[in-house]
Amino acid sequence: MLVALLPILSLVTVIHAQLCQPDAKNAFKVRVSLKTALGDKAYAWNENEEYLFKAMVAFSIRTFSNREKIEISNVLLCNVTKRVSFWFVVTDPSKNQTVPADEVQAAIRMNRNRINNAFFLDDQTLEFLEIPATLGPPTEPSTPIWVIVFGVVFCLVIVGIILLIISGIRQRKRKSKASMETVDVEDKCETMVTIENGIPCDTLDSKEGRFNRAFAAEDEKLTPL
Amino acid sequence: MEKARPVWNNPLQFVFACISYAVGLGNVWRFPYLCQMYGGGGFLIPYIIMLVVEGMPLLYLELAVGQRMRQGSIGAWNIISPYLRGVGIASVVVSFFLSMYYNVINAWAFWYLFHSFQDPLPWSSCPLNSNLTGYDDECEKASSTQYFWYRKTLNISPSIEENGGIQWEQALCLILAWLVVYLCILRGTESTGKIEQLANPKTWINAATQIFFSLGLGFGSLIAFASYNEPSNNCQKHAIIVSLINSSTSIFASIVTFSIYGFKATFNYENCINKVILLLTNSFDLEDGFLTPGNLEETKVYLASAYPTEYSKIFPEIKNCSLESELDTAVQGTGLSFIVYTEAIKNMEVSQLWSVLYFVMLLMLGIGSMLGNTAAILTPLTDSNTISSRLPKEAISGLVCLINCAIGLVFTMEAGNYWFDIFNDYAATLSLLLIVLVETIAVCYVYGLKRFENDLQVMTGYKPNWYWKIIWAFVSPLLIISLFIFYLTDYILAGTLQYQAWDATQGQLVTRDYPGYALAVIGLLVASSTMCIPLVALGTFIMSRWKKGKTVSV
Repeated sequence: MLVALLPILSLVTVIHAQLCQPDAKNAFKVRVSLKTALGDKAYAWNENEEYLFKAMVAFSIRTFSNREKIEISNVLLCNVTKRVSFWFVVTDPSKNQTVPADEVQAAIRMNRNRINNAFFLDDQTLEFLEIPATLGPPTEPSTPIWVIVFGVVFCLVIVGIILLIISGIRQRKRKSKASMETVDVEDKCETMVTIENGIPCDTLDSKEGRFNRAFAAEDEKLTPL
Repeated sequence: MEKARPVWNNPLQFVFACISYAVGLGNVWRFPYLCQMYGGGGFLIPYIIMLVVEGMPLLYLELAVGQRMRQGSIGAWNIISPYLRGVGIASVVVSFFLSMYYNVINAWAFWYLFHSFQDPLPWSSCPLNSNLTGYDDECEKASSTQYFWYRKTLNISPSIEENGGIQWEQALCLILAWLVVYLCILRGTESTGKIEQLANPKTWINAATQIFFSLGLGFGSLIAFASYNEPSNNCQKHAIIVSLINSSTSIFASIVTFSIYGFKATFNYENCINKVILLLTNSFDLEDGFLTPGNLEETKVYLASAYPTEYSKIFPEIKNCSLESELDTAVQGTGLSFIVYTEAIKNMEVSQLWSVLYFVMLLMLGIGSMLGNTAAILTPLTDSNTISSRLPKEAISGLVCLINCAIGLVFTMEAGNYWFDIFNDYAATLSLLLIVLVETIAVCYVYGLKRFENDLQVMTGYKPNWYWKIIWAFVSPLLIISLFIFYLTDYILAGTLQYQAWDATQGQLVTRDYPGYALAVIGLLVASSTMCIPLVALGTFIMSRWKKGKTVSV
C-alpha cells in the first residue's frame, strides 16, 4: 500500500537531457507545496502549470539580463516528483551552455513576488532551494508606538505628583495662617487636656481622643535595661 | 506633646492594604511552580498545614505588635526592649534591599505593557537578519518570546562579569515605576489604602517558606500598616482574613497558570510534529499532505527500513516530540511571567487585549507590594522626630524613592538581570527567617507573653486563646529554627554558588559559577541585615554601661 504511494520518477520530455539533472551545474531545485498553501482549493500540478513556470522563469531572465531573447523552450525541467519538486536549468540559446547560477538567482529574486503570485503561493510554499527569499521588513512607524504610550503615562503621573505636592503645600500654609490668627484663643484652650502647638482645638479631628503621655506611667511600656 | 497619628479611614482600608501587600507576584509565579514541582494538588496539604501553623499566627503577631505599639518597626521593637531595636533596623534594611530590586519588575511590566499596543505583538515573530534573507540567528535558535525578553528587553550580556552600559529604555521605565510609587506614597501611608509527595521533606520546607515569604512577614510592612490602626481593631480576624485571601489567590493563580501551561505545551507539541512531517516530506519527496500526525510513526518505520542510508542521514534532525516533556518544563519567576505567558498570549485571538490585561494585572500586584515595602521604610523614618521635624513628608518619600531609583539603575545594565537574581535569591531569605525568629522570641520571652496577652485584652477586648499562645511560644520558633538550619546546610553543601547565564550563540541558558566579587556581594547582603541585630544590641549595652559609669562618677 505504501509502495504504491512511493514517489515515482515521472518522465518529462527533456530536450537536452544531460543539461538538466539533479545537482547539475547551474541547476536549481524547486519545491511546491500546493496542499499546504491552498488546502481544498489546491489545483493539480500538471504540464500546463509547468509551462507557466517556464514562462515565469524566462520572463525573469529577460527582464533582468541583456541576453538575447530567452524563449520558454530554453528553460528545462526534469525529475518532477509527486512532492511536487523538480529541477530546472536555463540554457543560453546562442551557446550550448547553461546560464550562470548567480544570474538566474538574481533574476528570480528580483521577480520572486510575481512568480509567487502567478501560482497563488508564497515564499514558504514555492521554495527555490539555494535562492534565499528577500523577506519583507516589518513596517516601522517613525516614532515607536511604545514611546507614545510611555509619554502619555509619564505625563499623567508627573501631573498627579505636582498636584498632590501643591495641595500639600497649600494645606500647610492654611494651617500656619490659621494658627497665627488664633494665638489668643490658645489661652482658652489650655484648660483642655492637651493641645497641639498653635492649632485651635475645635479644628482637631481625632477619633480616639488624645493620648496624654504625661499621664501614662513610663515603666508600663518600656522594659527596663 | 504628641502628634496625632494618622489612622485608616475604616478597617476595610487596612485589610485591603494588607491584602494588596501580601498578594504579590510570588502568588502568580512562585506558587504554581512549587505546586508543579512537588506533586500538584498534593502540595496543598503541607501548604495549608503550614498556613495554619506558621502563617496565620505570625501574621497575627506582627499585626498585634504594630497595633499595640503604634509605631513603625524600629519604634515598636525599641519599646519592647531597647536592645532589640536592631530587629527593627534589620527589617528596614531588608525592606530597603527589596524595594531596590522589586521595582525593576514593575519597570519590565511597564515595558511589556507599552509594547502591547502594537499589531502584531513584537514578541510574536522574529526580526529579520541584516541581509533580509532569513530570521535573526539568536531568535531562530531560541524562540521569539525568549529573544524579545533576553535581547530586546534586557539586552543581556553573556555573563555577570561583562557589565555593559545602562539601557536607557529600561532606565526610563524604572524611573516611571518609581514615579508611580512616589505618587501613591506621597501623602503618607494613609493614602495607600486601596481596594489583595508528602513524605519528601523538601515539600514541607518549600510550603513553609512559601507561606512565610508570601505573607511578607519580617519586613516591617505589616507592623507599619497595623501601627495606623485604632487600638480596638480586631487584628485577629484581619490576620485570618488576609492569610486566607492570600492563599486562595495563590491557588486561583495556579489554576490559571496550569491552563496556560497546557495551552502552550499542546501548541508546541503540534508545532514539533509539523516540523518533523515537513522534514520527512522534503527529504523523501513524499506527496505534500500525505504525512499526517496519525500515520507519522508507521511511515517513519517504513522509511527507515526502505531507505536506510537517507534515513540515517536525517535521523539526528528528527526530534522526538512528546507532550509530557513539554508539560514538564516548569518555570518560575521572571521566566514564567515574561516568556511562558507571553508565548501563550501571542497565540490567542485578540492577543493585544489579553496582553494589556495581563501586564496591567502584573503592575497592580507589583505596585501593591511596593507600597507595602516603602511603607516599611518610611514609617520608621517619619516616626523618628529627628528626621520628620526637619523635612516634610513629601521630601522624605521623594528622597527614599530617588535613592532607590538611582541604585536600581544598576539593574538596567546589560548584566543587570544577573544582579537582580542575586538580590532576589539572597537579599531577603536568610535574614527574614532570623528577623521573624527574633521577633517571636522577643514578644514571647523578652516582652512577656502574659503582658502581651493583657495588652491585647486592653486593646481589643478579649485575650488570644490557647492555640495562638502555644504556636507563638513553641511551635513557630522551632519551625523557623529548623527552616534556618536547613537553608544554612543547603548553602554550605551546595559548594560554590552558580547562576544561569544566557548564551546568545546557542540560544539557551547555561550554568556558570559566580565570580569572587559577586559572592562577596551576596555575603554582604546577608550580613548587613542579620548583623544589625547583635551589633545594635551590643551598642545599646555599651551605651547604657557608659551612661551608668558617668552618673556614678558624678
